[in-house]
Amino acid sequence: MTATSSVPDLITPTWEYAPAPEARDVVTIRPSHGLFIGGEFVDPADGGSFATISPSTEEHLAEVALAGPRDVDRAVAAARKAFTGWSKLSGTERGKYLYRIARLLQERAREFAVLETLDNGKPIRETRDVDIPTAAAFFFYHAGWADKLDWAGLGPNPRSLGVAGQIIPWNFPLLMLSWKVAPALACGNTVVLKPAETTPLTALLFAEVCQQADLPPGVVSIITGAGETGAALTAHDDLDKIAFTGSTAVGKSIQRQVAGSGRRVTLELGGKAANIVFDDAPIDQAIEGIIDGIFFNQGHVCCAGSRLLVQENVHDLVVDRLKQRLGTLRLGDPLDKNTDVGAVNSAAQLERITALTDTGEAEGATRWELDCPLPERGFWFRPTVFTDVGQSSRIAQEEIFGPVLSVLSFRTPDEAVAKANNTPYGLSAGVWTEKGSRILWMADHLRAGVVWANTFNRFDPTSPFGGYKESGFGREGGRHGLAAYLEPAEVDA
Amino acid sequence: MRPPTDRLADALHRALLPLLESELPLLESDMTSLVLPGEADLSEVTASGSALRRFLHGLPGVDQVGVEKRAATLATRSIKRASKVQALELAIGMVDLTTLEGADTPGRVRSLCAKARIPAPGYPDVPSVAAVCVYPDMVATAVDALSGTGIHVASVATAFPSGRAHLDIKLADTRNAVADGADEIDMVIDRGAFLAGRYGQVLDEIVAVKNACGDAHLKVILETGELATYDNVRRASWLALAGGADFIKTSTGKVSPASTLPVTLVMLEAVRDHAALTGEIRGVKSAGGIRTTKDAIRYLVLVNEVAGAAWLHPDRFRFGASSLLNDLLMQWHKQATGRYWTSNRVTID
Amino acid sequence: MATRLDVNKTYKLYVGGAFPRSESGRTYEIADTKGRFLANAAQASRKDVRDAVTAARKAQPGWAAATAYNRGQVLYRVAEIMEGRREQFTGEVAVSEDLSSRNAAAVVDAAIDRWVWYAGWSDKFAQVAGAANPVAGPYFNLSVPEPTGVVGALAPQSSSLLGLIEVLAPIIVSGNSVVAVTSQDRPLPAITLAEALATSDLPGGVVNLLTGQTDELAPILAGHLDVDAIDLTGMAGRDTTDLEVLAAENLKRVLATPDTEPDVTDPPAGPRRILAFCETKTVWHPKGR
Repeated sequence: MTATSSVPDLITPTWEYAPAPEARDVVTIRPSHGLFIGGEFVDPADGGSFATISPSTEEHLAEVALAGPRDVDRAVAAARKAFTGWSKLSGTERGKYLYRIARLLQERAREFAVLETLDNGKPIRETRDVDIPTAAAFFFYHAGWADKLDWAGLGPNPRSLGVAGQIIPWNFPLLMLSWKVAPALACGNTVVLKPAETTPLTALLFAEVCQQADLPPGVVSIITGAGETGAALTAHDDLDKIAFTGSTAVGKSIQRQVAGSGRRVTLELGGKAANIVFDDAPIDQAIEGIIDGIFFNQGHVCCAGSRLLVQENVHDLVVDRLKQRLGTLRLGDPLDKNTDVGAVNSAAQLERITALTDTGEAEGATRWELDCPLPERGFWFRPTVFTDVGQSSRIAQEEIFGPVLSVLSFRTPDEAVAKANNTPYGLSAGVWTEKGSRILWMADHLRAGVVWANTFNRFDPTSPFGGYKESGFGREGGRHGLAAYLEPAEVDA
Repeated sequence: MRPPTDRLADALHRALLPLLESELPLLESDMTSLVLPGEADLSEVTASGSALRRFLHGLPGVDQVGVEKRAATLATRSIKRASKVQALELAIGMVDLTTLEGADTPGRVRSLCAKARIPAPGYPDVPSVAAVCVYPDMVATAVDALSGTGIHVASVATAFPSGRAHLDIKLADTRNAVADGADEIDMVIDRGAFLAGRYGQVLDEIVAVKNACGDAHLKVILETGELATYDNVRRASWLALAGGADFIKTSTGKVSPASTLPVTLVMLEAVRDHAALTGEIRGVKSAGGIRTTKDAIRYLVLVNEVAGAAWLHPDRFRFGASSLLNDLLMQWHKQATGRYWTSNRVTID
Repeated sequence: MATRLDVNKTYKLYVGGAFPRSESGRTYEIADTKGRFLANAAQASRKDVRDAVTAARKAQPGWAAATAYNRGQVLYRVAEIMEGRREQFTGEVAVSEDLSSRNAAAVVDAAIDRWVWYAGWSDKFAQVAGAANPVAGPYFNLSVPEPTGVVGALAPQSSSLLGLIEVLAPIIVSGNSVVAVTSQDRPLPAITLAEALATSDLPGGVVNLLTGQTDELAPILAGHLDVDAIDLTGMAGRDTTDLEVLAAENLKRVLATPDTEPDVTDPPAGPRRILAFCETKTVWHPKGR
């Protein structure tokens, strides 16, 4: 059912938007990248490298140095060396460095946006309007904290932890870097950061920003590599703090790895968020929220609203409208300013999404997907909606991390809460209803670190983000996020 | 294809399901009569003011932040090259070229009509505008000037812009305009009655004006700037559609804010949902404050992505504007010649 | 005058508000610091841990749903009940910890006062730890601490009463329930505390106390997937790597072991123990007309 199908014919040629690609030449990608250690780009000790490609075209973008254990040693040593000076620097001066970085990110925003889109495959509209501005905002927000840590909630004179090893995922490369680096630096720590192997380029461009900001050498080091590099980093015995965003499985292995060490850890892991729509929801905005919830960033979002829980008496209406709205999504060239859905980040991820969705069908769910052509090259997956999904189905239980929505129904608020909480995860949840008291009751009962009521997928530097249960622990953002990088003074005494 | 009655029943069921299941007193027959066209059914609705109120208050709410965010996102669409030329020509053809001043004279109206017929002399690809919109006493002049062109003559009526007059005056205003040859009437609703909750009265007036229009098309101005909330815009939209509006129109242009993207978005949703419910297509006119090509294209994107491409037609979407046309023409010339144009080469009318 | 024979207490576990013996039927001998027999304590088993976690899980939502004012009053009530049994606690602490009566009485006073201190936090820690966040957009945004759920706790080994309370009170004041393993060799004050808890309006199952071998029970708690967090205070100075590895299986929040048993004579500097077993929830809502 679409509104237009029942409309009498008029001569209305369809209006195709001409391609509107963002200029790619704002960014120059160096053919090969070293590791950023101690304030300069250096060759890896073992001389290895790997390629990073554009997932939308499979075009080779650059060679990136592969950091081995000796490089991890060097980076951690540089961070350790820098720590003394950095942590003793007055908060005001530390803050000024972060303000500089924020401004540099704003100045070079277009460059970062294009590079992120090339390396990640996400639409330029998102990198331009969300990823990069929010990353700059994270630095700006935390800059102001640097000389106000006495009010961070840990009592007077809290102390920094030391050297933080940070590992970030490929879904929001620069934004996740800012979530990690900004609070760590504001609190007087130094960092060794490893970006994901499929999206290292904006982190390496950020290294140039650190140089332009004249950040003291070693305060930020960036080492590139895959899981082995990450494992070498988290295993390093001279770290005081580990912060990881990624899969729950790796998060657990990190927690095992650091067991007994007393090392501080923040883990921001997977999710299987319920987006709950009641029959009195502001329906058109709820549809937008559902779309935003699962198709934003191709569903590569740990807090994605991947389980749509619809009150049974509006189930068909919501599903109809959702499909109608999905029909207007524009999938294709991520650099095109009108693209809504970009490429899946990697062949491996595409394979995983494909395998899990196949399971959905095999388990009896009804599959619907957007009828749109897919580009010939690159990694692409059509926005997909599953209806008739049982709570026990794998697509309702496991994190797919792709543009795949499972629709389930409920009858009462209690049932909605029970189903929403019926998962080992607890990162986020959405509620759509115009009834204020129900929103607050639902917000109380949902076991999730972030509850979006009548909105979804909003992020802000002032707003703490992080999970309940197996979605990890610790918070990023807001006053709460500072606690992850500080120790109360008395522990020291 | 299934018979229309089945489609209608299905659509009704889907759209009204939440209402039917949430509130006991609402009977399905009430709902059906409300949204079905035809005087008999409308008189049934007016006979039951409580059913009307329940229906309007049972419409899904509109979240301000959500709708504004959606409009802002759509406003980032980048329309280039051929799609821009198409949009410019479409937009020019959708303009209700308007003059609504106390100082209007026959000379000014004739000048405007000349511009309406041939907006860009020497460039036959540039279409005529959709209509010229004037006060009732200028209708005869406009009809005379546009005779044989196919350009509609629209007249504001019903004690425009405030609407604060007795019903007999409003109806006489309407009849006079139609008698002078206006084939489109832009009426204003009684915002006072609407805000006081006297929906039946608002509906009655719309129906009465619609009758007074005869064959002329009726555009119902909601004056959204005075309705203040999107919930009210949605309710007033449905009220106007139920009353027989051929178009629902945002604003008189005399109240600020006039048309905005999110208000138009909510109204486009109403005509879209109304079409799904009844199979009948109604139009939307955004009026006031739309001055630049960039604005106009953003509206067209809304039309395209919210209501659907079927609404990309002057019979279904209009711009009520005066200065917009010249900016559209400047941009059209730029697209056609590759040079940035000068306002010295576009006529002031 | 003929001496009267004491009626000795049978020390049992405290699970779900009841006082069962260990399902294993095992007991172990408790002696004072000079080796003199005091009592036989129930030696909890794997299944007792299971039952206690079940009871804790069942009790937790209701306890968390109680108003903060109500939880505060319940904790204060515990102090009242303890005050009435002050002599008994003093005697048990004296023999368990080898303290003079006077010193033991001071410990008991501190223990009672500690309940009062934590009772007062019930409706304040959320104000201290919550935040209204000024996000850059038209949204209401509020962060509040919420209880983590079911917490496993290893109570301090030396400070048998005050140390236990310093572990229990901050866990439950926010709405968590707890399964605590008491001091292994000094469990008697804990069971007497359970009797106070059982008569103090605290819903059954909110606090569950297991006496027995810490090394036997700790891995079961640490590995239990329905336990959301674990307090390792009772392992002070010992290597807890294995326990932390077990805890990682469901990403338990771990309150790490200090090098030495903490001095709990005075209340801590702030609500940090409370917040160690809280999650921060952030709620967004648009602001519109």
